[in-house]
Amino acid sequence: MPKITYIDSSGNKKTIEVEKGLSVMEGAIQNSIVGIDADCGGGMACATCHVYVKEEWLNKLSKIEPGEQDMIDMAFEPKKNSRLSCQLIVSDELDGLVVTTPSKQV
Amino acid sequence: MIKTDVVIIGAGPVGLFAVHQLGIKGLKSEVIDNLDRAGGQCIELYPDKPIYDIAGIPQCTGEELTKNLLEQIKPFKTNFHFNERVQEIKNEGNNWVVKTSQNKVFTSPNIIIAGGVGSFEPRKLSVKDAEKYEGKNIFYSVSDKKKFRDKKISIFGGGDSALDWALELSKVAKVTLIHRRDEFRGAPHTLSEIQKEGKVDIKTKYQLSSIKGDNNIKSIGLKSNDGKEIDIQTDYILSFFGLIMKLGPISEWGLNMDKKTIKVNTENFETNKKGIFAIGDICSYPGKLKLILSGFHEGALASVECFKRARPNEKYRFEFTTSSKDIQARLGIKNK
Repeated sequence: MPKITYIDSSGNKKTIEVEKGLSVMEGAIQNSIVGIDADCGGGMACATCHVYVKEEWLNKLSKIEPGEQDMIDMAFEPKKNSRLSCQLIVSDELDGLVVTTPSKQV
Repeated sequence: MIKTDVVIIGAGPVGLFAVHQLGIKGLKSEVIDNLDRAGGQCIELYPDKPIYDIAGIPQCTGEELTKNLLEQIKPFKTNFHFNERVQEIKNEGNNWVVKTSQNKVFTSPNIIIAGGVGSFEPRKLSVKDAEKYEGKNIFYSVSDKKKFRDKKISIFGGGDSALDWALELSKVAKVTLIHRRDEFRGAPHTLSEIQKEGKVDIKTKYQLSSIKGDNNIKSIGLKSNDGKEIDIQTDYILSFFGLIMKLGPISEWGLNMDKKTIKVNTENFETNKKGIFAIGDICSYPGKLKLILSGFHEGALASVECFKRARPNEKYRFEFTTSSKDIQARLGIKNK
């Protein structure tokens, strides 16, 4: 199974095997990763699963949709490498992906 | 004090359908919601987005679904209490006493919590001192636009609220519109009108980084995406970053919680407290799906237990709407 690394805002790292086809958000929720809330449950409607993606991974991710970009506008401290983790679907290509969670989600 | 059979917290689709299921059993309900209208997430988060998984309705928007549900429960003449949040609940014998933020008091044997992910509140600015100036120089909605006349106003956001208010206030004040990227999510025609009028100073690829002032805000610092910092004079900040959902006081009611959800018994969707039920997105049980259709089912089952508690001396009889004269009478249908 692909491994995804979640780093919280103070640098604590957790690497977890996430089943292919799940989203990076679901991987976090199922493994009780702190820092990803996902209030709307993956509907791209709340921006509380916001993560920063390590630069070298940005090109390997699915393209960002306008709807996701709109939600990121509302996220806490959005940056150039901001994504909603509910929109990142785990696959072999994403094995090793590293995401950092913001210091808070709202 | 308002006496009723059931207090429903939340006027989203699931809360509305619970009114129906209670209504056909002859139970009266009172509905409380923190928003100013019915619909919950359907109306706040995706009013225009089509929903494809409501049984029997191939496609409808959040707004249409809300409208239809309101139509469906019309015969029950339900009271809605909008712009109110339930603050406190208290047990009194077999009843629950419910108090709202507007100090309304209800008493009822049943409370159904259909609260989604919590009540909607504006997403607030998180820079230092933002809280200090809230309600004085920082606003998340506009109630009195007179105070902005001839002032310097910085508006944040890229949606319709930000664009609409930038256009409106630019007629009477000096407006700067700040957004973190070039694309705006608000209506393109509002943006082109703003550009045509040419009165709004639009700063894109900037975000708020600091607030400076004493008793009142004097200026704000903006930071561009590539690290450039600028200061602009500002009297007022208007921030429109949409709504967030906050569980609020529900977490203090002694209910059996699992993170932000309430654990229920799937036979009747009762929580660990007798007479308090949780349905829709806010409840959790093994296999729970956060779908509107699941919430409808949950409300139907909860309504049966509500009946038993509200009418302890009557026998509950399961009936169909197609054949029950009682139900049809409650729905206002005249049989020939």
